[in-house]
Amino acid sequence: MADLELKTRQGFAPDAGHESGASALPDEIPITLTVNGRRQELHVRPWTTLLDLLREDMSLYGTKKGCDHGQCGACTVLIDGQRMNSCLALAVTKDGSEITTIEGLASPDGTLHPLQEAFIEHDAFQCGYCTPGQICSGVALLREGHAKTAEEIREHMSGNLCRCGAYTNIVDAIESVMAKETAK
Amino acid sequence: MNRFSYARPGSVADAVRELAGHPAAKVIAGGTNLVDLMKYNVERPTHLVDVGRLPGLKEIEEAGEGLRIGALVSNTAAAYDERVKERYPLLSSAILAGASPQLRNAATTGGNLLQRTRCYYFYDPATPCNKREPGSGCPAKNGQNRILAILGTSEHCIATHPSDMCVALAALEAVVKVVGPNGERSIPMADFHRLPGNMPEKDTNLHADEIILGVELPEPRFAKHYTYLKLRDRLSYAFALVSVAAALEMDGDTIGEARIALGGVAHKPWRVEEAEMMLRGKTADRRVFAAVAERILEGAQGFGHNDFKVDLARRAVIRALSQAARGTPQSQTDKRIQ
Ligand SMILES: Cc1cc2nc3c(=O)[nH]c(=O)nc-3n(C[C@H](O)[C@H](O)[C@H](O)COP(=O)(O)OP(=O)(O)OC[C@H]3O[C@@H](n4cnc5c(N)ncnc54)[C@H](O)[C@@H]3O)c2cc1C
Ligand code: SF4
Ligand code: FES
Ligand code: FES
Repeated sequence: MADLELKTRQGFAPDAGHESGASALPDEIPITLTVNGRRQELHVRPWTTLLDLLREDMSLYGTKKGCDHGQCGACTVLIDGQRMNSCLALAVTKDGSEITTIEGLASPDGTLHPLQEAFIEHDAFQCGYCTPGQICSGVALLREGHAKTAEEIREHMSGNLCRCGAYTNIVDAIESVMAKETAK
Repeated sequence: MNRFSYARPGSVADAVRELAGHPAAKVIAGGTNLVDLMKYNVERPTHLVDVGRLPGLKEIEEAGEGLRIGALVSNTAAAYDERVKERYPLLSSAILAGASPQLRNAATTGGNLLQRTRCYYFYDPATPCNKREPGSGCPAKNGQNRILAILGTSEHCIATHPSDMCVALAALEAVVKVVGPNGERSIPMADFHRLPGNMPEKDTNLHADEIILGVELPEPRFAKHYTYLKLRDRLSYAFALVSVAAALEMDGDTIGEARIALGGVAHKPWRVEEAEMMLRGKTADRRVFAAVAERILEGAQGFGHNDFKVDLARRAVIRALSQAARGTPQSQTDKRIQ
């Protein structure tokens, strides 16, 4: 089980017009990330965001790029268990962290996470673009325990926009899992 | 994004040295504002000093009669801390009124203090902007200024400071602890952010070679009678058009000490101590609140699109004082305003 050999991105030229001694490119920096349970040694440029690293270098396309500026939540992943916008996180700053993406929520045997099941059950998506972010965010919400009512779920899911407007069914899906968990 | 080198110093002293050694360096903490601005080429540091793991800055600790919140405490951790919730619920409420759960998880206390304006022109290097490029002009004055300032503006800049947390910190008279090559110093919130004047490129009185260590909250006095009322274009996940942090000491119907800070209206959280004094010893009453609001908004002036803010702010002050006096703070979940 060798570490994933990553193709390094070649041909970076400093943007023309950026003054500031950009002659020598900074070296790639070695970091370690545990992504969906798998520990990996990687080399990253300091400006690579976690989102770009996941999608472009690790081929984990589940995490989506919506706005790339923290405004939509499509890129939400769990970093050391906490939901964050991967588009605003430089990968190098997350050295040593555990990352969970939508690809890592199901059990190794393929059993879906209860919230994934609930999204299907409640028809909580249309185009599906926001869905990985919604589900990662919802999984974190369930663990955080701050939201209990439908109104609180809506507020605590407000960092995830859905252009298709699947909001009501998303709240239903989360509520259903919450109800099952409290019934336990 | 421009190209830059990266360092992750292991101690505060090393971080200060690292910063001093690179003139175009920037500190990075949660990255939620800095990375955003770097993607727009508004910020172009050649070196990043990652303070995210510096030891000793992630704690919330007792400090005399008050509480000290380390610069690296996330907005989430600060808002849900039991001591903060119990003694400074105004701070907790203001933080929870801001951004989204994801952003609050990444955002830090230090970074929140230093987040930059959301003025559209500031964000767009294709346009002039005195704050981004001193001397280039201020298109906002005659342009899209719905979200911009009505108080303390200058002919050079009418930007607002967008933070919610800072409005509460101003009302609570927190003190910012910083360290630089010449050692540590304390900056009261009232002096931390500045007005644009003829140097709009400077948001705060922090020096470029200083690092924020944390904020200290004084003895808690406003745990019962407070509110953070935030008015915005959508109910969640939007910056304030106008916000009011109100904190009162009450003895029955009689007001003791009073604090009122406004967000979304100026280059810094806006406080008028004279107006606060007008409340002392008075019976909580709408007419008194209206006079106070009038005093706070004295000299307020819109620039076209944001003219409505003057009246909105006046009404928000009255409403916030009523909520605080009643002891019924604005819920950050149920957005109906009572
Ligand atoms: C879509 C969106 C919506 C938002 N909505 C709101 C809102 O409604 N209300 C609100 O208040 N905020 C809002 N925010 C802003 C958010 O609160 C800030 O981005 C965040 O608080 C910044 O903290 P950070 O740790 O990520 O800072 P960074 O991005 O890491 O840094 C910000 C600045 O602070 C400096 N810095 C950071 N830490 C230190 C330190 N210890 N010493 C010296 N300098 C330091 C950096 O050099 C940089 O200049 C929103 C942000 C986004 C993207
Ligand atoms: S208001 Fe300030 S930040 Fe906005 S364009 Fe004018 S100078 Fe720039
Ligand atoms: S892509 Fe990250 S928040 Fe939109
Ligand atoms: S399902 Fe299409 S954006 Fe949410």
